[in-house]
Amino acid sequence: MIRVVVKRLLVGVLVMWGAASLIFVIVRVAPGDPATLMLGPDAPPDQVRELTATLGLDRPMPLQYLSYLGDVVQLRFGDSYLFNRPAMAEVFERMPATAELMLASTTIAVIAGLALGLLAGGRPGGLLDRVVSGGTIALQSFPTFWTGIMLILIFALALRVLPSAGTGTPAHLVLPAITLALPFTATVARLTRTSVAETMHEQYIRTARSKGLTERQVLLGHALRNSLIPVVTIIGLHMGGLMGGAVVVENVFAWPGVGTLVVESVANRDYTVVQAATFLVAGIVMAFNLAADLVYSQLDPRIRMESAA
Amino acid sequence: MTVSLEVAGLVVDLPGRDGPVRVVDEVSFDIAPATTVGLIGESGSGKTMTANAVIDLLPDGARTGGALRWQGEDLLQVSASRRRRVRGHEIAMIFQDPLAALNPTQTVGRQVGEILRRAGRPSDEVRRRVLELLDRTGIPEPATRSRNYPHEFSGGMRQRAMIALALAGSPALLLADEPTTALDVTVQARILRLLRDIQEDEGLAMLLVSHDLRVVNHVAHQVVVMYAGRVAERGPTAALLSKPAHPYTRALVDSVPAVRTRTALAHPLPGTPATPANRPSGCAFHPRCPIARELCRTEQPAVREVGAGRWTACHFAEELVG
Repeated sequence: MIRVVVKRLLVGVLVMWGAASLIFVIVRVAPGDPATLMLGPDAPPDQVRELTATLGLDRPMPLQYLSYLGDVVQLRFGDSYLFNRPAMAEVFERMPATAELMLASTTIAVIAGLALGLLAGGRPGGLLDRVVSGGTIALQSFPTFWTGIMLILIFALALRVLPSAGTGTPAHLVLPAITLALPFTATVARLTRTSVAETMHEQYIRTARSKGLTERQVLLGHALRNSLIPVVTIIGLHMGGLMGGAVVVENVFAWPGVGTLVVESVANRDYTVVQAATFLVAGIVMAFNLAADLVYSQLDPRIRMESAA
Repeated sequence: MTVSLEVAGLVVDLPGRDGPVRVVDEVSFDIAPATTVGLIGESGSGKTMTANAVIDLLPDGARTGGALRWQGEDLLQVSASRRRRVRGHEIAMIFQDPLAALNPTQTVGRQVGEILRRAGRPSDEVRRRVLELLDRTGIPEPATRSRNYPHEFSGGMRQRAMIALALAGSPALLLADEPTTALDVTVQARILRLLRDIQEDEGLAMLLVSHDLRVVNHVAHQVVVMYAGRVAERGPTAALLSKPAHPYTRALVDSVPAVRTRTALAHPLPGTPATPANRPSGCAFHPRCPIARELCRTEQPAVREVGAGRWTACHFAEELVG
């Protein structure tokens, strides 16, 4: 087990190095000179030259890359010119709000998705199965900015039961969390349904029935865990993907998280913040994938053995 | 002779593309307590479906007819919850492929003990009984092995675990569906011996489903031969195999290679097996039968008695028995 974790962590370091390098390249090939952008088009040339030197942008590319990697290892991405403080500090400060949103969404999606998927998959072709299968396709197809606005229209404007934007109370969390959770719920439900329906055809399900178990006992005692193996992987992958959805949802609901920060920074060409946020998001996505891998191997003893060998 | 299971005119229809297909047709036989009945036939003969009907594990959409009298109670008439309680506790089943039949994510001990745990037995008693069962089925170091997962067992060990699992509910009737087919030849004999020992020691009734005459010959007291969903012949094993009263049984006996004699080649069965969906007229076996006459093409033979405990569905059985 420990060996697996170490192996995956080493792969993770490689991935992060790749992500950091990609950020480096993208910033270099993006049009516009950072110093000019920071100082504005009317800045005197010697001032621009001075800032370029301060930023180290006049040095040879390989040297820039090496010192950049050195900074990345220490999570130093330079100062945000908008906030006048280290970019990473700004990103970290916004992180709890985003984490709160993601956690709430994931909880909703996993509970609702598993329940719907189990109910539908336990009886493939039944009424509930058709409702769930049809409904989830719809949920997966709606873009989040649209569902977000629809939920605001219904619950904030028409019914006036929930706040439309901002933060502070648990009620503020409800609409953005649901908006972010809906497509995720649909994905979990669909996958669980397929997986459960497939598992119910396995021969060990027959064995379980031959023991005189009730259908419920068969479903929860024998089908659920085996069906969960692919679902857990998707949950892990999708939680990383939630970061992307969070950018949209946070902006729709004016949620003060990393997503709104990224959009603000892009609009203001605050590159250091964009880089820091991108790097952090890459790290979070990777961490979730790692977690999914580990849970996956815990659920299936066959994988546990293989990876230990 | 008392009867523990009486299969009387059992009919099983499975849904097919062109309407229901009768895969088991008016099948009748008895299983006495503490005896083994071998149910033999080619694939598609309905032998597995017969066993599935007994334990109520038929595929979705299957319809049954006739009667399954289990200690006097017709299992086809009782409530679904009574039927479920019979499963495992009174009638248990061993399956062909033990790797597929065991849950890959649960330890062997947990699976063997599940039926006892679900019945509310205290955990130390369940544990003791599981170790006892694993020991009884010849699994070495039960305490260690019970914590293993099925994939950590060899094929033979898995089938032993499967047998332990089936015995856990203390059933009176054990159904074994091709219990050795998926195993190595060297392991087959050992598993068969174990099944026979357990059947004798526990005084179990057993229904052994197999396509292999040698397996049935080893273990069964009575044999039921099925062809295209119907009973071709049934009777005591030794008499039936030494003097078949149905040309199909004789063809089966002739098709088994005699290992000791080097000269005689086995005679494979001519033709292809009739399927229930595509049953020939009259006697379903007539296109492959060496003694078929006109009558066989037109009239389906009834199962009739042709000697002590011997029943056959052949118009001309007397010619065979002599």
